[in-house]
Amino acid sequence: MDKNKRKAYLINTACIISLYLVFFILIQTKVMNKYFIGIAILTCIMIIMAMSLNIVAGFLGEMALGHAGFMAIGAYSSAYFSIALINTGIALPNIVVLILAMIVGGIVTGLVGFLIGTPTLRLRGDYLGIVTIGFSEIIRIFFINFAPTGGAAGLKGITKLVNFNNIYWITIIIIILIFTFGRSKQGRAIISIREDEIASEAAGIPTTRYKVLAFTISSFFAGMGGALYAHYQAFVEPSKFTFMFSIEMFVIVVLGGLGSLTGSIIAAIVLTVLPEMLRGFAEYRLLVYSLALVVMMIFRPQGMLGRSEFSLTKFIDSFFLRKDMKNSIGGGEAQ
Amino acid sequence: MDLFLQQLINGLNVGSIYALIAIGYTMVYGIIKLINFAHGEIMMFGAYFAFIFATSFQMPIWAVLLLPMVIMALAGVAVEFIAYRPLRDAPRLSALITAIGVSLFLQNLALLIFKADPKVMPKIFPEKIISLGGVEINSTTLVTIGLSLFFMVLLDLYIRKTKQGRAVRAVSEDKDAAILMGINVDRTISLTFAMGSALGALGGILYSIAYVQVFPTLGVMPGLKAFIAAVLGGIGIIPGAMLGGFIIGMVETLTKAYISTTWADAIVYIILIFVLLFKPTGILGKNTREKV
Repeated sequence: MDKNKRKAYLINTACIISLYLVFFILIQTKVMNKYFIGIAILTCIMIIMAMSLNIVAGFLGEMALGHAGFMAIGAYSSAYFSIALINTGIALPNIVVLILAMIVGGIVTGLVGFLIGTPTLRLRGDYLGIVTIGFSEIIRIFFINFAPTGGAAGLKGITKLVNFNNIYWITIIIIILIFTFGRSKQGRAIISIREDEIASEAAGIPTTRYKVLAFTISSFFAGMGGALYAHYQAFVEPSKFTFMFSIEMFVIVVLGGLGSLTGSIIAAIVLTVLPEMLRGFAEYRLLVYSLALVVMMIFRPQGMLGRSEFSLTKFIDSFFLRKDMKNSIGGGEAQ
Repeated sequence: MDLFLQQLINGLNVGSIYALIAIGYTMVYGIIKLINFAHGEIMMFGAYFAFIFATSFQMPIWAVLLLPMVIMALAGVAVEFIAYRPLRDAPRLSALITAIGVSLFLQNLALLIFKADPKVMPKIFPEKIISLGGVEINSTTLVTIGLSLFFMVLLDLYIRKTKQGRAVRAVSEDKDAAILMGINVDRTISLTFAMGSALGALGGILYSIAYVQVFPTLGVMPGLKAFIAAVLGGIGIIPGAMLGGFIIGMVETLTKAYISTTWADAIVYIILIFVLLFKPTGILGKNTREKV
C-alpha cells in the first residue's frame, strides 16, 4: 500500500469515527432529541437510496423513475421475514435479525430487479423511465391488493430494530460497498457503457449483461434501504411508495451530480434536512424547496459536484497549502 | 349489451380528456425532447380558472371555456421562457428536474392560494339525459367528446395546413436544419407550448366537470395517465397521442366495469409495458436504426 493511499484511509477512518463520536456525545447529552435523531436516521436511509439509484442513473446513465417500488419490495419482504423469524421464538440478538432481514429484503428486491431489468433494459431513455414508473406503480397497486401484507392498511407489528448506532455503521458499510463497486472492473464497465455504448461493445464488454447487473445491484441496495425503513418505522403502508417518492430520490441524485456518489450523499443530507428546517415557514416550505430546485438547475445544471467526487484528503491538502478550494472540489478524482 | 355500450361511451369520454392532455405532452416532447411534468399543473390551474369564472363572475359558457385556455396558453409560454429556455443546451436530465421543480412549485402555489380542500365544480353545461336506442347518454358526456374532437381536428388542421404548423413540424424533425431554413425556433417553441397548454387547460376543465371537483393535486394522476397515453401512441406523434389517450381511457373504464376497480391502473401499466417491449417506440412510432 503506498503512502498516499494509507494516508487517505487514515483520514477517512478518523473522520468517520469522529463524526460518530460527535453524534454519540450530542445524543448522550440530550442536545439531539428524539426528533433530530429521527431526521438523522431518515437521512441515512435516503443516503442509501440515493446512492443505490446513482448506480443506474449515474453510472449507467439510464433514467430509472421507479426506485420507490424497489424500496417497497425490500420493506415488505424484510418485514414479513423478520415477523416470521421472531414468531418462531428463536432468540437472536436484534442486530442479527436486522442484518438477516436486510439480506432477505436485498436479495428479494435484487431478484425482482433482475426479472424487471432483463426485458426492459432493451429500451432507452424516456421509454425506460416510463416503464420503470409503470413497474413501480404496479408494485404499489399489488401491495394495496395483497392481503397477507395487510393490503391498503399496511403491515403492522414489525419490531423496531433500527436505532442511530446501528444504522450509522450500516450506512458506512453500504457506502464503502457501493464505492468499491463503482471502482471495480464491473463498475468501470458500466461507466464505459454510459460514455459510449457502441464503443464499449466494440471493446468486448457484454453491454446487456452489465446493464442488467447494474440494475440488479441498484435494486439490491434499494431493498436494503427499504428494509431499514420498515424496521425503523415499525410500519409499512403502500401509500408511502408513490411515484412522487421515486421522483424525490431521483431529484437527490441529479442535484448531487449524476455519477458522483459523494454528491448523492451531500444532496441526500441537504434535501432531507432542509425541508425539516423550513418547517417554521409551514405552507411556504415546499414552495421554497421547488423554487430552489429550479434555480439550482438553471445555474448549475450538472448538479452540485458534477461527475467528480469530493475527496477529503485533497480538501485537507488544499486547505493546508492554501490552494484555491475550487481545485479540490471541482477537480476531484475523475470517475 | 346496453351496459357494454354505456361503458364504451364512458371510455370515450375519459379517453377524449386523456387525449387532449396527451397532445400537450407529445408536442412539447416532439419539439424539445422534454417530459413537461408541469403540464398536469397547467391543466389544474385551467380548471381552477374555469371554476372562478363560473362561480364568482357568472360568465357565459364560451368564456368559462375559452378564457382559461388563453390564460394557460400564456402561462405555458411563460413557464417555457423562465424555466426551460435557459436549460435548452443543458443535459436533458437537468431540464427534467426543472420540469419537476416547476410542477411542484405550481402545485404548492395552488395549495397556498386555493387551500387543500376540494371545491365543487358547478355544472357548466346544461344537464340533459339523451336516450339513444336504450343507451342513456348524459349531455355533458356528449359535449365533452364533441369539444375534444373539435379541438383535436382544429389542431390537426393547423399543424398540417398552415405555415406556422409546418414550422412546428420542421423544428421537431430537425432543429438545426429548421434554423438554416429561416424558421424562428424560439417563437415556434413558444407557439407549441401555447397550443399544448391551451389544450391541457381544456382537458383540465372537462376533467374537473366530469369528476365534479377541483383540488391542487388534480393534475397529477390524469397527467401521468396522459403521459403514458402519449408514450403508448408513440411520443412526439400527435395522432399517436390521440390514439393512446382513447386506448388508455377505454381500457381503464372497461377494467373498472368488468374486472376490478383497484387493479384498473395496474392493467393500464401492464398494457403499456407490453406494447413498449414489443414495439419500443410506441404504436405509431417509427423505428430508427442506430448508427455507429
